[in-house]
Amino acid sequence: MNRIPLIHISRRKDIVWYKAWLIRIVAIILALVLCGVITMVTTGLNPIKVYAAMIDGTFGTTRRIWMLCQNIAILLCISIALAPAFKMRFWNLGGDGQALMGALGAAAVMILLGDKIPNGLLILIMVVVSIACGAIWAVIPAVFKARWNTNETLFTLMMNYVAIQLVAFFVIVWEVPKGAGKIGIINQNTNAGWFPQVGGSKYLLNIIIVAVLTIAMFIYMKYSKHGYELSVVGESEPTARYVGIKVRKVIIRTMVLSGALCGVAGLLLVGGTDHTLTTTLVSGRGFTGVMVAWLAKFNPIYMVLTSFLIVFLQRGAGEITTAYSLNQSYGDIITGIILFFIIGCEFFLNYKVSFRKSHKEVA
Amino acid sequence: MKTFKKIAVMIIAAAMVFGMFTALGTAQTKADEGIVAGLICLHDENSTYDLNFINAFKEACEARGLVEGETYYISTNIPEGQECYEEAMNMVDRGCNVVFADSFGHEDYMIEAAKEAPEVHFCHATGTKAHTENLPNYHNAFASIYEGRFMAGIAAGMKLNEMIAEGKITEEEAKMGYVGAFTYAEVISGYTSFFLGARSVCPSATMEVTFTGSWYDETKEKEGAQMLINDGCVLISQHADSMGAPTACEAAGVPDVSYNGSTIAAAPNTYIISSRINWAPYYTFVMDSIEAGAEIPADWTGTIETESVLLTDLNDAVAAEGTAEAIEEAKAKLLAGELQVFDASTFTVEGAALETYMADVDTDPAYEGDTEVVIDGAFLESNFRSAPYFDLQIDGITLLDTAF
Repeated sequence: MNRIPLIHISRRKDIVWYKAWLIRIVAIILALVLCGVITMVTTGLNPIKVYAAMIDGTFGTTRRIWMLCQNIAILLCISIALAPAFKMRFWNLGGDGQALMGALGAAAVMILLGDKIPNGLLILIMVVVSIACGAIWAVIPAVFKARWNTNETLFTLMMNYVAIQLVAFFVIVWEVPKGAGKIGIINQNTNAGWFPQVGGSKYLLNIIIVAVLTIAMFIYMKYSKHGYELSVVGESEPTARYVGIKVRKVIIRTMVLSGALCGVAGLLLVGGTDHTLTTTLVSGRGFTGVMVAWLAKFNPIYMVLTSFLIVFLQRGAGEITTAYSLNQSYGDIITGIILFFIIGCEFFLNYKVSFRKSHKEVA
Repeated sequence: MKTFKKIAVMIIAAAMVFGMFTALGTAQTKADEGIVAGLICLHDENSTYDLNFINAFKEACEARGLVEGETYYISTNIPEGQECYEEAMNMVDRGCNVVFADSFGHEDYMIEAAKEAPEVHFCHATGTKAHTENLPNYHNAFASIYEGRFMAGIAAGMKLNEMIAEGKITEEEAKMGYVGAFTYAEVISGYTSFFLGARSVCPSATMEVTFTGSWYDETKEKEGAQMLINDGCVLISQHADSMGAPTACEAAGVPDVSYNGSTIAAAPNTYIISSRINWAPYYTFVMDSIEAGAEIPADWTGTIETESVLLTDLNDAVAAEGTAEAIEEAKAKLLAGELQVFDASTFTVEGAALETYMADVDTDPAYEGDTEVVIDGAFLESNFRSAPYFDLQIDGITLLDTAF
């Protein structure tokens, strides 16, 4: 019997923007409902209270809002760094390592030149060194890709581990006290190399820098010739070559930019807020940033929203584990479910699901 | 143009949401209504070290009627970085008037928090900087755990003697193994006191030490213990916080002197005894002091007398006969001050007796010694600050690796 299938999936050509947002909001609501059910069944807590604690943990006090913005800023900085590479279809999974190298560069300058030169000059050197470190870490796989067409996914990924081992080595070199395996806060008493506070907040400068970079990246990708070239390379390398774009040059140039911005993220962490160097300093943001960039379709302005979402979930999950003395895995489960729904709803944005019109006709 | 419009709408919406929450965002104050306490832990209950803190904290808080999630809070899995500062300030936002942290690497971040919230007390276990920072609301604490390890070492020495008497090993084969985390004073002081305890009853005892470079790495600790056993060590002890060493010992049938608390459940056939720091007296002392408005010292060292240094669950099935009595005897002498753990006549450094030593009591990047700590023929540990500063390599102990 030739039956019309119950569910028919077809590709959407275009979707009106409010419809897209409607689908996203429905996905989040569904995720929250499912999390609520799981919360009630497994812990016996009132899910509304749990969500309230998540919101309180993120927005509850002025300080928490500052921390939220700071964490968004760093995640966003790495995400906008990755965006042009991904748009070029260059799978840069080395954001963690590039940011870590930037952090290593900044920390090295702070430790070695600490009190020997004026603070302004010191910070200037930190900026240059960490940007250079991040860029070098990104340009190595880019050159190999451009020259010998090596696999950049594996290459950038492996560079992360090299960076982690390098940092682990220098942590032992600079540890205080000897044998402790920790650097601690660098120049805690002299504050040499610490970024100045703007507007009485230690976070504001980082946030302003990243906001400026985000807008600049938006303009670069959307309106500059470079931005156009890298999107053509991403769509089709032969086409790019045909229209006279130097593909090798574009790959290397874009990765220098990508790595440099990751280096800036490392710099902001070391000089701006954390003032230390550990192997876990970047805490996987190089990978989370991939998700942020993809979810926002490589649009730096949308990335503000997606990185907010990720940071909110992380911070909220942390709060509920403390407020309700739950295991950390519980927060991870909630975060996982919500992200699953949000990523899953992309399917419904790209495909249209139609149900069989009428049962009677078939029967 | 359409994109711009969308973006503009989104930015305005975001700004409004942000503004709303900013208006709501004012710090809560519960502090006037009595003690609200917070504890920041590096790992969670799966780490024997953190579990020891969590249990003591709950005990001390519940003894004074505090309620978890309302008047006391525990944050677990807080790394030794900016996250510690953020969590400490989060504790302040929750209304805490005292915040404790449990890991050595938390110290600098606790100091940052203490500078920012002068009305809140920050108490850091195992830290070294309170006596030089001069912050009235920042405090260090530790316990004379070297005395506990010395007594645990006696149990180890008795076991070695038993093995020699039974003909299982010769006197020369009385070699112990020790799995440490890092190569700094806290660990060195720990294994040296353990070794001196063992050698005080078994003079031919020697020891090999390996380091894992992590406070909690079950695989490395297990491998480390296994390596020591393969190397001929007939008894194992450890100063790292997972169940790695005890489980390796149980599998190999090698007796183990544990740390942080009893591991008898996981190793019923090899566990002898464990020493641990009981933090509850310190927590109670701090909270009492805050309530009474009394000053909290920059350094607080718990002792056998304050019940901060405890030995837990002697396992009669494994321990040698007479162990309990030997430990009681040593404990009485330690309490009376007749016995010094680091009595300079009981050990040598590079073949020579120790007559003078400048220890790095005031932490600095160059590790310069600044305080004479050998007084009247004994190295005075935890006397000039609470955290250990004994970092000498004494004869009889071999370090297999010092990468960390």
